[in-house]
Amino acid sequence: MNLEVFLLLAAALFSVGLYGALSQQSIVMLMMGLELMINALLVAGAAFWFYVSPGTPDGQVLVLVAVTVMALEMAMGFAVITALFRTRDVDMTDEAGHLKG
Amino acid sequence: METVAVWVLAVAAVGFGVAVFVVDSMARATFALLASFLCVGVELLLLDLDYLGVLVILMMIMEMLIMAVFMIMYMMNPGGLMPMTMVHNNRGALAISIGVFTALAAGIFLTPWPPRRGTVPADPTFSVGQAIMGPKMLVMMVIGIAILATMIASVVLATDRGRYDRPSHREDGAK
Repeated sequence: MNLEVFLLLAAALFSVGLYGALSQQSIVMLMMGLELMINALLVAGAAFWFYVSPGTPDGQVLVLVAVTVMALEMAMGFAVITALFRTRDVDMTDEAGHLKG
Repeated sequence: METVAVWVLAVAAVGFGVAVFVVDSMARATFALLASFLCVGVELLLLDLDYLGVLVILMMIMEMLIMAVFMIMYMMNPGGLMPMTMVHNNRGALAISIGVFTALAAGIFLTPWPPRRGTVPADPTFSVGQAIMGPKMLVMMVIGIAILATMIASVVLATDRGRYDRPSHREDGAK
């Protein structure tokens, strides 16, 4: 058990989340992909704290920030979906391309 | 023993993560995501992060229960009664994510990581508490303001009425 194992887990979670965020048509599923990517950050931050500098709590504070970001991302995401659904009856990413350049 | 637990949980976390995008039912996808988060929470516990591990576990249980409600609200196939896939550019997304994983894994094994500095404190929870109430208080303050801003913004976005209490679909403001 060492740093590389945890970082590998983080990389795998990040890649799975990235696949979801890129491929899913439903906005809710896309947000699940984003959540998985932030989940990977939690693992990486905790592993860096434990294996690189456990003497200072910086890594723990970083994990705390990532957990907060995760919750805020979900709240804002659902608010945007609600607004989008209310005005345009849209819940798929392909139909929400109005800002496409 | 601990090594086995770490590996089993890591494989389970990634497996449940993959399951999120494989299962037919949206409700099942939500609970697969929850399982993945719980595995990560226990991994944090194994890294001596008692407080953060429990925080992740409790927060994710609540978050995924709320998410399940939204899933059932917005999905056309909440119960998974008819199999369907809802993906676009599947091959491109797979190629990109496999490429990213390969690059990250190469980086992980090729980077000379610095040696460990310091030792794990007797009570990591105490040290993080002291940090966020002392030298890292700015982080806590920014988090607090961000949470407040999110609460206001999400209510403003999700409410039916726009600004100034007018229905959003009436331009003239008449009710």
